[in-house]
Amino acid sequence: MAIEIPRTSYSGKIREIKLGKGDKAITVGGEDSYPFYLFEGTMPHKPRIAMEVCDSPPQEWPEAAIEPFADVVNDPVAWAKKCVQTYGAEMIALQLVGTDPNGMDRGPDETADIVKKVADAIDVPLIVWGTANHEKDSQVLTKVCEVCQDKRLIIGPLEEKDYKKIAAAAIAYKHTVVASSPIDINLAKQLNILLGNLGVADDMLLVDPTVSGIGYGMEYCYSVMERMRMAGLTQQDEKLQVPIICNLGKEVWKSKEVHLPDNENNMGNARNRGILLEAMSAMAMLLAGGDIIIMRHPEAIKLIKEMITDLTAK
Amino acid sequence: MALTGIQIFKLLPKTNCGKCGVPTCLAFAMNLAAGKAELSACPFITEEAKAQLAEASAPPIRPVVIGTGTATFKVGGETVLFRHEKKFENPTGIAVLVTDAMSDDEVMNRIDKFNKYTYERVGLKLRANAIAVKSISDDPSKFGALVEKIFKATDGALILVSERPEILAAGLKVCANRKPLIYAATKVNVEAVTRLAKENSCPVAVKGSNFDEVAELTGILNKAGINDIVIDSGSRTVKQAFQDQIIIRGLALQKKFKPLGYPTIAFPCEMTDNPMKEGLIASMFIAKYAGIIVLSDLKGEVLFPLAVERLNIFTDPQRPLATTPGIYEIGNPDGNSPVLITTNFSLTYFIVSGEIESSKVPSYLLIMDTEGLSVLTAWAAGKFVADLMATFVKKSGIEDKIKHRKLIIPGYSASESGGLEEELKGWEIMVGPREGSHIPAYLRNLK
Repeated sequence: MAIEIPRTSYSGKIREIKLGKGDKAITVGGEDSYPFYLFEGTMPHKPRIAMEVCDSPPQEWPEAAIEPFADVVNDPVAWAKKCVQTYGAEMIALQLVGTDPNGMDRGPDETADIVKKVADAIDVPLIVWGTANHEKDSQVLTKVCEVCQDKRLIIGPLEEKDYKKIAAAAIAYKHTVVASSPIDINLAKQLNILLGNLGVADDMLLVDPTVSGIGYGMEYCYSVMERMRMAGLTQQDEKLQVPIICNLGKEVWKSKEVHLPDNENNMGNARNRGILLEAMSAMAMLLAGGDIIIMRHPEAIKLIKEMITDLTAK
Repeated sequence: MALTGIQIFKLLPKTNCGKCGVPTCLAFAMNLAAGKAELSACPFITEEAKAQLAEASAPPIRPVVIGTGTATFKVGGETVLFRHEKKFENPTGIAVLVTDAMSDDEVMNRIDKFNKYTYERVGLKLRANAIAVKSISDDPSKFGALVEKIFKATDGALILVSERPEILAAGLKVCANRKPLIYAATKVNVEAVTRLAKENSCPVAVKGSNFDEVAELTGILNKAGINDIVIDSGSRTVKQAFQDQIIIRGLALQKKFKPLGYPTIAFPCEMTDNPMKEGLIASMFIAKYAGIIVLSDLKGEVLFPLAVERLNIFTDPQRPLATTPGIYEIGNPDGNSPVLITTNFSLTYFIVSGEIESSKVPSYLLIMDTEGLSVLTAWAAGKFVADLMATFVKKSGIEDKIKHRKLIIPGYSASESGGLEEELKGWEIMVGPREGSHIPAYLRNLK
């Protein structure tokens, strides 16, 4: 008996986007089937993991997350270099937590200076992520775009309320932008259209559906991402054929469960629990369509990279 | 897949006799299609039509029940490929491996963890479902003794793992009345294992080395009258095992291919030696379609995230999860601690309680029943508004626990603050931040 394997009829493909520049530039996207459905299509570029670096010493990170970076947390440049040199990071995501008006409230000039120093110190693509405060991000990210011109950064998040100024600066200084919308496929599409109308080129755009970790609404972003892929790949919705980026690490590591001590409530070893919550959340994001996942713990990253290698093995 | 009313109508007697309770055969057919009537209500239906209709209305992936009593779990019965289309029905069963090569202590340690490791979340109790008892020694009496020990130590569901019928028989002798899953029928032993499954009326797993072999085996079991089947495509590499899950689900749902229309069993425990990676592989199978996963051990740091991921993936996308309303004490609050109020959408609760916890400011969190709606949605639906909030606060009993009368409401509920001050006499209403992430800073600055 010959069994005929069912095949999804795909009519579209995710856009290929080149990030960064020089030898370490990477390309994401290009897949023409659901994630890892390699009996149906191809994934010319594997999903990538970006390692998280903060512009200021982290607050309230559990011990397990601090430990690998304890020697560099006060210096974003050293931190980024350690990620690349020691942990083999293929991309860095610099989180501008220090600019939060409810926190340190660091200004645009000082921040842009830090970003520039990090960008100068590494040769892998650099993602720069604001604090999602519209007014502050508009000031800071536009300055970053200007000061780091020719660095080919990836700038985010651009939201409905602040995309205009930031996108204009990104276009002017040739940076890629991340369109960010709150867990809603229609809002995501709309923002992609608005950015296109403003002049952001198709190959300069990534989309962030807003993600969360296991236990904190992961199922919502999981399904929105699946629907985005379905629209882009099977319904010829060009505005959703955009590579997806997930800023995941910070969501997982702020949850209550990663902060509980060893063996609390039968939840086992605290360090491994945090690593697995991050890696399993990342696994779900990859299965739903994530092309770039921003992650924190080197061991979680190592595990998830092994899974990507296994799932795409020849 | 289900037939349409018109397709069903063609198979009915078309006499419009009315004996089924509705005046016409067409109306009856429509009711059947909508699942609002039973075929047996028609006294004149032919055997042939009955068989055709039964065949067509059978679920594309058969639901299979394993175990008895409170430890029963059901797998299969899935009808969609993507969870946004319709709820995934039966959460992946999580099993832990125990073998007769393990020491007594090791065995009991696993059983102990199996019994003990449960996690409360949104009023649900999350736990592992089954113990997979595997024969390594190849000795029926040793296997029987192990099954007996486990049978007595837990009422969890069991999976008997061996390819030798004598060994499976020794296990079944002890535990058949608990409806264990027999694993596995193969090309070599299928006749004997079929007999065992039939004699003991237990569900049985088939293991083949490819889809054709699996389909052949399920066909043999079907012929013998056995339908409660679980399938193992035999793959043990991450890539092939993943693709097998997708293809099996697709064949069953899209091609209506009955021979593979059964729940699957996957073995992360046989795909890596690294327990952390094993957990990650298991998490992949929860999202992508395994009916049962077998783990090499139960570790809290693996089981907890897996169990919560499973809860997330199998949540009904149309119905928000709600948490139990009431007073939640975070960080041992006392009479002077702040009081916050929010809705019982589970996500709202998890985020707000997590942020309060990380603020390290001991607080009371009042969770009000808004039928699982978030703050803004509940407000728009008139379920999180001043008069209802006031009634809830008064009845909650919080006034007996605190010396002050200050209530912090979500920033998005600011418009209710005036109304609340009127309704809650003697209380001061304070408007908190809009975003959960700003709660720690807000609480620390309260002083």
